[in-house]
Formats: sequence, structure tokens, C-alpha cells
Amino acid sequence: MGNADSVFYSRVLTELTLSFHIIYATIGVGVPLMIMIAQWVGIKKNDEHYILLARRWARGFVITVAVGVVTGTAIGMQLSLLWPNFMELAGNVIALPLFMETFAFFFEAIFLGIYLYTWDRFENQKKHLLLLIPVAVGASFSAVFITIVNSFMNSPQGFDMVNGQMVNINPILAMFNPAMPTKVAHVVVTAYMTSAFVLASIAAFRLLKGSNHVYHKKALYLTVKLGLIFSIATAIIGDFSGKYLAEYQPEKLAAAEWHFETQENAELVLFGILDDGEVKYAIKVPYALSILAYSNPTAEVIGLDQFPVDERPPLYIHYLFNIMVVIGMGLAALSAFYWLGKRLKWSFVDSRLFRWLLVLGGPAAIIAIEAGWWLAEVGRQPWILRGIMRVEDAATTSGQVDFMLVLFAGLYLVLGVGSVVVLTRMFRRNPVEQEIEDRKSDKGGDIT
Amino acid sequence: MSLEIIGLTVLWAFLFGYVIVGSIDFGAGFFNAYSLITGKQHILSNIIQRYLSPVWEVTNVFLVFFFVGIIGFFPKTAYYYGTTLLVPVGIALILLGIRGSYYAFETYGSRGHKGYSFMYGLSGLLLPASLSIVLTISEGGFVDMINGSPSLNYDALFTSPLTWSIVALSLTSVLYISAVFLTWYANKAGDPKATQLMRKYALIWSFPTIITAGGIMVELRSHNVEHYNNMLDISWTFGLSFLLFLGTVWLLWKKKKYGLAFGLLAGQFLIAFFAYGYSHLPYLLYPYLSIHDSFTNEAMAISLIIAFVLGLALLIPSLYLLLKLFLFNKDYVKGKKKNHA
Repeated sequence: MGNADSVFYSRVLTELTLSFHIIYATIGVGVPLMIMIAQWVGIKKNDEHYILLARRWARGFVITVAVGVVTGTAIGMQLSLLWPNFMELAGNVIALPLFMETFAFFFEAIFLGIYLYTWDRFENQKKHLLLLIPVAVGASFSAVFITIVNSFMNSPQGFDMVNGQMVNINPILAMFNPAMPTKVAHVVVTAYMTSAFVLASIAAFRLLKGSNHVYHKKALYLTVKLGLIFSIATAIIGDFSGKYLAEYQPEKLAAAEWHFETQENAELVLFGILDDGEVKYAIKVPYALSILAYSNPTAEVIGLDQFPVDERPPLYIHYLFNIMVVIGMGLAALSAFYWLGKRLKWSFVDSRLFRWLLVLGGPAAIIAIEAGWWLAEVGRQPWILRGIMRVEDAATTSGQVDFMLVLFAGLYLVLGVGSVVVLTRMFRRNPVEQEIEDRKSDKGGDIT
Repeated sequence: MSLEIIGLTVLWAFLFGYVIVGSIDFGAGFFNAYSLITGKQHILSNIIQRYLSPVWEVTNVFLVFFFVGIIGFFPKTAYYYGTTLLVPVGIALILLGIRGSYYAFETYGSRGHKGYSFMYGLSGLLLPASLSIVLTISEGGFVDMINGSPSLNYDALFTSPLTWSIVALSLTSVLYISAVFLTWYANKAGDPKATQLMRKYALIWSFPTIITAGGIMVELRSHNVEHYNNMLDISWTFGLSFLLFLGTVWLLWKKKKYGLAFGLLAGQFLIAFFAYGYSHLPYLLYPYLSIHDSFTNEAMAISLIIAFVLGLALLIPSLYLLLKLFLFNKDYVKGKKKNHA
């Protein structure tokens, strides 16, 4: 296997691992917050249904955490196994947030274990709620630190390059790079948003499949409302991300928007397909790109013509951008409609059709997460460290990457199927009606 | 003490933590599977489950901490070890993946799948073997420089007696550490049957452990003379470690103070582990990589150490709480409280 093959397979394996990991990681970041909110609402309203909601979510959460932990360990080591030259160089500057991430992970792991095994130890649910705070904080901070590493790859700073060596290193400056605020905020908020919609999917699905229990209705209303809040936040931060790109990574923005020539009054290209360098069937919104990039309809936006051909990202990222934005907007609209409909008592939001839309919301949010990450990562090509190290110089020289790709693909298949089977079985065998009955007989009827 | 040594000591301490908690975990999986074959599962399963459930996730973190830390303090290790270890570490990762996730699937999802228990037990034996290859490679002689980049010589690796001695040591010590711990734990749980069974296993595995450990000294003498001589210079530490070993075995034999027995065992491995590490210095990968030419810049080293101190300030109380609530909680250990997710 030649070096070009190693580079290719290393990219495929990294992409496969990350694409699989982020499904579980996103849930891992968002769900603890949802559990915490449900537990808190339950205490505040003195409503056992929300406490039960927190408990059932937590039980399912363990399964996703397990897969998240092991795939996270895999990607952590793959960084060094597949990209040794990159880690050797960048490790000098960016080891700090990687290291801090393990602390956040440690913290979360300890308290998750405690939380899970103390459900029946505390009479006072408030004490139990306190245990969830470090879980949620640890989960979110893992995302913060690891996204800092990624944002460093997009906008490296905090060192000087002298003869191919990094000198005058400032680890703090490297962490607080220009990409960091928007990237971290976007990742964390979309994780909350996705988790809210995934949990809403489950509630909507149970309501469709026969159960008409008030528990599911409460769950649906709570999660869709949270989904609405986080999707609004996502849209705002997404706008900031666009402005960041215009300023610091114009080639990514230009490739994503098919903005070929530098010009003022730039128009925004929505949808469309690219055929032999020509954009067809697109909706073009005058001035919108200038507004998106600089909040000014006449501002000049840098186009791809400013970059040598071998430093341009692939143009297909435009489709990924469209998928991400359309799903994000769609989910915001869907949840806003539901929330409004519930307040104004529109019967349409309780119809089967609308519930099916809510069921689709969770998977759609995950697709948007995947599309967003592919956009962010492919949009950085050909660089692994933008402006400093190209991907082909970073990969391993080992000749066995294709073999490892097959093995890991098998692992993810097993984990993916296993987690879905276990999760469905877990909740099918113990539906909420059953659990409420069991608890009633346990406690002597203080829950309906 | 130089920054290099501080960094390395921290990492070595975490690797030691992983050796202990990982061994308990791997060994417990094996004993669980073995008790299934011999029809003694009713004796052991509950004890093992009760210990593992709240801590399985924490075990993993010790390993992650070590490899993230070593890349942070010594970025060049990524280049040498990353390039050469793709296959052995990749396979270890896959085993860890199956093991970790299926533990959760089994514990929280559906109980009582036999095939799974065997897989869990078997992977627990393969894992230490595949991870211990890293220790073998660090002794030098298995990495060739081809066109300026390092490459692992599998023929040399698999035909070397040193490799197999280290694999044998990792296997026997996993079973020994785990058995001693579970003896203590079962005794705390007031479960005489499990205690007796685990005590028997502990005694059975104690001698192979000490014999393989001694065997490695002999292997090193012909493989890496420099390291062997360094070990001879501090031979008193290995002697001390051996005395602690005798103490553990004696207490187990006399059926008393299992907690102290485990403490002595931890001391035995702690001393041997650090003495081994110390005598390996200054090399991380003999003879290519020493701690001096691979150390990160000073600014990063200082910030990593600060992060480490702050992190520990958070972790130690949390770990203490975890131990207090589960390991040292009588009602929990005895299974008297309802403890489920």
C-alpha cells in the first residue's frame, strides 16, 4: 500500500469513526441537561411523571454513553495512530484542551455512576438532582474542550513557525483562537437541540403507537419547547459562524455558498446543482450573502478566485450546507408551530400527521449534525492545520490502514445494531404504564 | 525534579491506576465466565456485578488519561508509537469497544446471555496481552527505520521470548490482582462462599505471577543489557516488592485481613511498576526516543501540570465520594439496598 493509499484510508477511517461517534456524543452532551431539566421540573411541580421521565431517560442514556465512551476512546487513539505527524507537531500547542477534556470526562463518569445507582437511596429528590449537575457540566465541558481542539485546526494560533518548528508557544492563546467562540457555542447548542428533538421523537412515537398516557404528552410538550429554545439559539449562533467564516476562513464560506468571484453586493445561492462549473436550478437571493457575512448588503465578500486551485475545498460542501440549514430552519418552524398550537389550542398539532412530523424531527436533527460536521471538516480541505500542514503530510506511513478500516467498520456495525436493539427492547418490555403500576404498588399509591 | 520527570511520574501513576482497576475488571470478566463453565456462577456473579456496575466507566478513563497525557507531554511519542502501533492498539481498541459497550448492553438491557459472558471473559484476557505489546516494544529491537519512518518488525516481535514473557506476566497478574481484590470484596459483602472461591483463585495465580515477573528479568538481560543493569542497581526495590508479595500470600493463606492483603498487593505492584519505569529511563522507546528529546515546550508543560493539579483537586474528592458510596458502603456491598438505575 503506497502513501497515497494510507492517506485515503486514514481519511475514510477517521470520517467513519467520527460520523459514528458524534451521534452518540451529541446525545451524550445534550441528554444529561434534559434529564436535569426534567428532574428539576418534577421537583418544582411536585409531579412524579417528570421524575419518572428523568429516570427512564437516564436508563436509556447509559446505553448511548457506553457506545459514546468506547468510540470516543477509539477516535482519541486514532488521532495518534492515523495522524502521527500531525499530533507530533500540533501536540506541542494543543495538548492542554485535550488533556482537560479527559478531566471533564472523568468527572462525568464518576457522577454518572453515582447518579445511576442512588435512585432509591435519597428520600429527597433534590439531593439526587445535585448529582446531575456535575454529569451535565462534565458532558458539556467535554464538548467544549474537544471543540477547542478542532477550532485550533481551523484557525491555528498561539505559536510562531520557524523552519517548520513551532516556537514561542502560548497554550492559552491557542485555545482562545478566533474559531473557538462560534464553534464551541454552535456545537454545544446543537447538541442540546438535537437531544431535545430525539427525545420528542420518542414521545411522539409512543403517542402514535397506541399509548395515550399523559406522561408522553408532558414529555412531548417539554422536549419540543426545549427544542424550540435551542433551535432559535442555534440560528443566532449559526449567523455568527457565517460572519466568522467570512472574516477568517473565506475559502470555506465561498465554497459552501458557491461564491466564485470576489464582489460587493454578493448574492446568496440557495439549493441548485453544479454542472460543469455552472450553477443550475438555484434560488439566488440578491445581497443576502453580503448581509450574512458582514450585516451589510453592499459589503465585499471574498470569492474562491482569491485562492490557488490546490487550496480550495471541494464544492460539494454546498449541498451539506443546504441540508444543515434547511433541517435547522424546518425544526425551528415545526417546534414553534407546535408550541403556538398548544397555547392556542389548535387541534392540528395533535393530529397523526403532525405527530409523524415530530417523530421525524429527531432523525432529521441527527442528519443535520452529520451534514454540519462534514461541511466543517471537508470545508477545511486540503489542510489539517489550516495554512500550516496539509492532510497528506500528516497521515501515517503504516501500510495496514485498509485492514483496520474493515475491522472498525465491523465494530461500528455491531455497536450500532446492538445499541438500537437493546434500547428498543429495554423500553418495549417495560412500558411506562407498567412502571407506574410497579411504583404505585411499591410506594402505596402516591402516583397516578 | 525536572518537568520531564514530573510529567512522566504523573502519567506513570495513572498507568498504574489503570493496571490495578483494569486488572480487576478484566479478571472479573474472566472469573465470571469461568464460573459459568464450572457451574459456580450463582456464587460469583452478584459480587462481580455489584462492584463493576458503578465503576466500569471510570476504569476506561485511566487509560484515556494516560495516552492523552503522554502525547501532551511527549508529542514525539505520537510519531514513533502512533506509526508503529496501528495494528496492535487498533485491535485493543476494538476489544475495548466490544467489551465496554456490551457490558452496558448486558447490565442495563438484557440479562443472562451466555455467549456474551464468554466473549467478555475472553476479551478480558486478550486485552492485557495486546496492550502489553507496547511495553515490549519500548525495550527496543522491534522497530526498524524504513525510509526514515518507523515500522514494526512483527517477525522479531512474535518470535522474541521477551514478548511472550511480558504477555504471560500481564495475564497472570491480571488474574492475581483481580482474585485478591474480589476475595476482599466478597468478604466485605459477607459472602463466605465467594470469598473461599476467590481466595483459592488468588493463591493459585500468585506463584505464576511472581515466576513470570522474575522471568522478565532474565529475558531483559539478553535483550536490553542497559535496562537490565539499571534494574540491578535498584534491585533492593524489587526485593521489597517481593517481601510485600509474601505478605499478601501469607495473609490469604491464614485467611485473615483481606483488606491488608490487597493493600500489600497494591504496594507490591506499585513499587515494582515504578522501579521498572525508573530503570527504563531516560528512554521512552529504546534507543530512538528519550524523555529529553521528545519533551514538549516549557509553556505547555507548565500549563499541563497546572491543569493536572486543578483537575486532581476536582477528581480526588469525587473519587472518594464514589468509593464511599459503593466500595465502602456496607449496605451497598452486601446488596441490601435497592440499587438499580
